[in-house]
Amino acid sequence: MRKKMFRGRKYFIEALWEGLLKISGSVTSIIIILIVLFLFSEGLGLFKKDVIEEGYVLAVNKDNPIKDLNSQQIKDVFDVKIESWKELGVDVKDDKIILLRLDDIPNYVPEEEIAEDMSNLDTIINNIIEANPGMIAFVPRDFTQKGFNAKILDLGTINLKEFVTGKEWFPTAHPAAQFGVMPIVLGTLWVSLGAILFALPFGLAVAIYSAELANKRVHKILKPVIELLAGIPSVVYGFFGLIVIVPLIQKAFNLDVGETGLAGSIVLAIMALPTIITIAEDALRSTPRAMKEASLALGANKWQTILKVTIPYSISGITAGVVLGIGRAIGETMAVLMVTGNAAVIPHTLLEPVRTIPATIAAELGEAPKGGAHYEALFILGCILFIITLIINLVVEYISYKNKNKVA
Amino acid sequence: MYNIDVKDLNFYYGDFHALKDITMSIQENSVTAFIGPSGCGKSTFLRLFNRMNDLIPDIKMTGEVNIDGRNIYAKDILVDELRKEVGMVFQKPNPFPKSIFENVAYGLRVNGEKNKKVIEERVVESLKGAALWEEVKDKLKKSAFELSGGQQQRLCIARALAIAPKIILMDEPASALDPLSTLKIEELIFQLKKDYTIVIVTHNMQQAARVSDKTAFFYLGELIEYDFTEKIFTNPSKESTQNYITGRFG
Repeated sequence: MRKKMFRGRKYFIEALWEGLLKISGSVTSIIIILIVLFLFSEGLGLFKKDVIEEGYVLAVNKDNPIKDLNSQQIKDVFDVKIESWKELGVDVKDDKIILLRLDDIPNYVPEEEIAEDMSNLDTIINNIIEANPGMIAFVPRDFTQKGFNAKILDLGTINLKEFVTGKEWFPTAHPAAQFGVMPIVLGTLWVSLGAILFALPFGLAVAIYSAELANKRVHKILKPVIELLAGIPSVVYGFFGLIVIVPLIQKAFNLDVGETGLAGSIVLAIMALPTIITIAEDALRSTPRAMKEASLALGANKWQTILKVTIPYSISGITAGVVLGIGRAIGETMAVLMVTGNAAVIPHTLLEPVRTIPATIAAELGEAPKGGAHYEALFILGCILFIITLIINLVVEYISYKNKNKVA
Repeated sequence: MYNIDVKDLNFYYGDFHALKDITMSIQENSVTAFIGPSGCGKSTFLRLFNRMNDLIPDIKMTGEVNIDGRNIYAKDILVDELRKEVGMVFQKPNPFPKSIFENVAYGLRVNGEKNKKVIEERVVESLKGAALWEEVKDKLKKSAFELSGGQQQRLCIARALAIAPKIILMDEPASALDPLSTLKIEELIFQLKKDYTIVIVTHNMQQAARVSDKTAFFYLGELIEYDFTEKIFTNPSKESTQNYITGRFG
């Protein structure tokens, strides 16, 4: 009887443990999936948002043949970069574009008349537009109801193509916010690429030294130091970059500002080093001794063996390290935010300020009203970042899968 | 004229005295087998001849190993050059993850041979020498890993032959192979004897009896008996040798 009870209890504890492990496993997976879903559901609303600021419309004279304007054109028109209708591809009797905002109305109608009866504003705006064939008006939708027969442009919603290929990121622009992610995505890739170019030779050199050449004592010191490097908070790296690297670059290249893509690349390179070194070193160490002995026994010297046997044998592990290093660099926020200057312009050299995806999100999310186009655009940036890192992780998976097959 | 001449050799792994006062000479163009139970030091001894033990930290050695009359542990010896003269085949086949051709060409390339024609000739010659040519001549570009274990081991022998050594060391070359592949390796050893001095470590008594001219029996780091194979296996002068070859211990 006692024995039976004991067994039952034991079984119960085992089952409890198993259940707990199972629950924590599934909860983690579900949370991760929910986060991804949340990211996309918040972000994708952007493509349902109007091109023009919410609650406003663009209206033109009813004889104006213009049908559509994209956000870039709207911005150029209201920035007075485009001044004639011909540039927009339409013929209008009065070719010069005249802008009308609410503030401009007193220029056309005496102020007393407006103040007298606000409810008449619809008609007033309507009349002004009718009198000026070349006019384009940016007015609240509420004032285009009663007796309004000027043409209201159907601008549609923000489209994916403009989002992807747009060259301008200006989410607070009036009347049409600019959500071109190209400069930010390119900035991210540019800085990461630069980082990898710096980190790869250094990281590989240290990994080879540590795995193949260093004696035990040096290795015992080197390894913890490298691991320590991985544990330093990124804001400290950013601080270091801001105080040391930025002025150095400014002086060395005689620039107006030192906050450049190059500074970001260098800081990221330092941050990616521990990842690259640790993984590459493990890969190099995983080369079987038999391989190295075979090479040495054939009269190859140490260097020939490293170059022709050890590195080729561990190349997939080294690649995995590099790709993970890139992954870390792409997702890094704080340090990059501090040293890259954060100008959302398409970069042409490493010596210009750039802005990365994580830095944009961190810097702008605080001031973007929840549910607005800007807010959703930032979530889409998050989605893009997620997709980039997902691709990187898949590449690593693929490489290590290939690696596993090779050894077998 | 002896090809390998060892004098008063002592070898230590840290504090462990692995080889004790060994003196022996190995003749040119002969096959010498080292036998003995695991841990008796026979592999350690073999690996002294191409200084493979140099890779192991914390070792100490006294005495001399002379090859062709030169002490290979003298300061002016270039280890890479020594290893070109003394080739080695390991216990487990260890081809490089490269093509069959590149495996054999490796030794030539690291030794600075750039002439494609010379390399090609040497590769074919070596593969023929290792009795592998007929089996691989149509798939030289294929990965060496596609070969069977026995073929891989013969590829490793071909790889060793390619750099034209004078001595070939074999560390249990057939222990990971099936009987048929083992037979092929043994036939090959018999062939190679004409041109090379071969030293082979083996756990397989019959193999030692079949392939070698002389046999050395090691026990606990000591060279117990070293004589013609026939004598060792029929009429050993030491009792422990007798016990070992008849399978009473080890």
